[in-house]
Amino acid sequence: MKRKRSVLMPVYAVLILVFLYAPILVLVVYSFNAANSTAQLHGFSLKWYRELFHDAATLDAFRNTMILAVSSSLISGVLGTVSAVGIFKMKNKWVKNVTRGVTNIPMMNPDIVTGISMMLLFVFAGRMLGRTGVLGFPTMLIAHITFCLPYVILSVLPKLRQTDVNLSEAAQDLGCTPIQSFFKVVLPAILPGVLTGVMIAFTLSLDDFVISYFVSGPTSQTLPIRIFAMTKKRVTPDMYALSTIMFFAILFLLIIINYIQMRGEKKQIEKVKY
Amino acid sequence: MQNRTLKSRLLATPHLVWSAIFVVVPLVMVVYYSLTGAEGSFTLDNIKQIPKYFDTFLLSIWLGLLATAISLLLAYPLAYFISQSKFNVQQTMITLVMLPMWMNFLLRTYSWMTILENNGIINTILTSIGLQPLHLINTRGAVVLGMVYDFIPYMILPIYSVMVKLDRSLIEACEDLGGNKVDVFRRVIMPNSTSGVISGVTMVFVPSVSTFYISQKLGGTNTLLIGDVIESQFMTSNNYHMGAALSLILMVLILVCLAVMNHFSGEDDIEQGRLAV
Repeated sequence: MKRKRSVLMPVYAVLILVFLYAPILVLVVYSFNAANSTAQLHGFSLKWYRELFHDAATLDAFRNTMILAVSSSLISGVLGTVSAVGIFKMKNKWVKNVTRGVTNIPMMNPDIVTGISMMLLFVFAGRMLGRTGVLGFPTMLIAHITFCLPYVILSVLPKLRQTDVNLSEAAQDLGCTPIQSFFKVVLPAILPGVLTGVMIAFTLSLDDFVISYFVSGPTSQTLPIRIFAMTKKRVTPDMYALSTIMFFAILFLLIIINYIQMRGEKKQIEKVKY
Repeated sequence: MQNRTLKSRLLATPHLVWSAIFVVVPLVMVVYYSLTGAEGSFTLDNIKQIPKYFDTFLLSIWLGLLATAISLLLAYPLAYFISQSKFNVQQTMITLVMLPMWMNFLLRTYSWMTILENNGIINTILTSIGLQPLHLINTRGAVVLGMVYDFIPYMILPIYSVMVKLDRSLIEACEDLGGNKVDVFRRVIMPNSTSGVISGVTMVFVPSVSTFYISQKLGGTNTLLIGDVIESQFMTSNNYHMGAALSLILMVLILVCLAVMNHFSGEDDIEQGRLAV
């Protein structure tokens, strides 16, 4: 029984991984395709990688996506950390529950509802102010901050619960102002949670299509929106080239993060020893 | 002291104000638009038209449930296997499960078209070994496949994270009390992973029911889902009021479905699971 399972399960795991990676493999292979096709293979070529760097619209969309992801993850990182501290300190149960409920809404609602509800707000506000064409980069930034915030808060809160409350009080007894004690004692303790939150926010923002689709204007294309427009007609293989590059960039980043984490754990173990 | 906590409690205020404006007010907007006509006067016309879309709602929920059930069946054994592996195997497997999520989901779905098409990769392989080609693309099966593919990581991860925290001594206790492998699975692993299953089911069901991209690409014209209808109301017909009414119903239906699922999974089990974890 035991031996049978030890062969069966790894095979099963590999099959699931094949399922998960088959379409990605197809993308990578077709990005090196010599023909101008996403259906037939005609030998190896780097043509689409060269083409990519001459496709102004795609590069523009890539730049927009990166600016949006960096700014929304940083802003929601700061705002989310500050709010998490506030929520953690809340004493009133009722206020706490309401806050938790409101925080959960963007996570529970389907993306399409979040997207159209914000679109309606922006269009309505625009009409009230007598302006048309309100949808653009600012509205996308607002939307991204809104759906990233809960994830930052939910990754910071558990770290706050693990932190000893006495520490920040001790720091204040020793002459720190509350702000100093936050930066010297609390922040270092919750930093891993903050970083995780910012990481999640960054990836969510980078990959978001549905919400951005509804709140973006014609002037502010992001990569997912451009890809969507392309898949309505025909995707050129330079999109495959770009996503191949991004895929390997993220793989590389993950390996580095893993390495740093492992070193951090080792250091902590050493610290405990002494 | 009193003053200090009072101040830090106020730190959540910016978030509350932000959420009020950009989360709560937009939902009020959805209700407002669904109950008004183009001139802005109150009307129930939009709501009255909802029964026309009954079949579409039903199909979306049916395919969503199917995708959720298949994801759960596929993900559960895998999550269990990963949670029982050595530490570095766990790390590698979880990274491998998460990695595809960083690749644009539109392109990954689009890539399935290349695989499933009538002269796509699967059919090329089938004909080259002398078998009949299959009609795969533009079917409901293809849509469910797309849903399972896109959202299965959201099922694997929460179940894994609950299972990995499971106290090993519980399993040993069950074995000591004369339980076999089936007993361990039924009496220890299953009841203690309910909370992970619930969050996994939610995270797969909600995006599956409301998707419009997967059905457009893999379902062709004969699989119209409610997401497609809402999208076209907003982006093609510019009928925001009808779109808002449909979204409102979708939101309510999803909440009802989740409540029913939560109910059937059994309140007691969740409590037990929390206690043991």
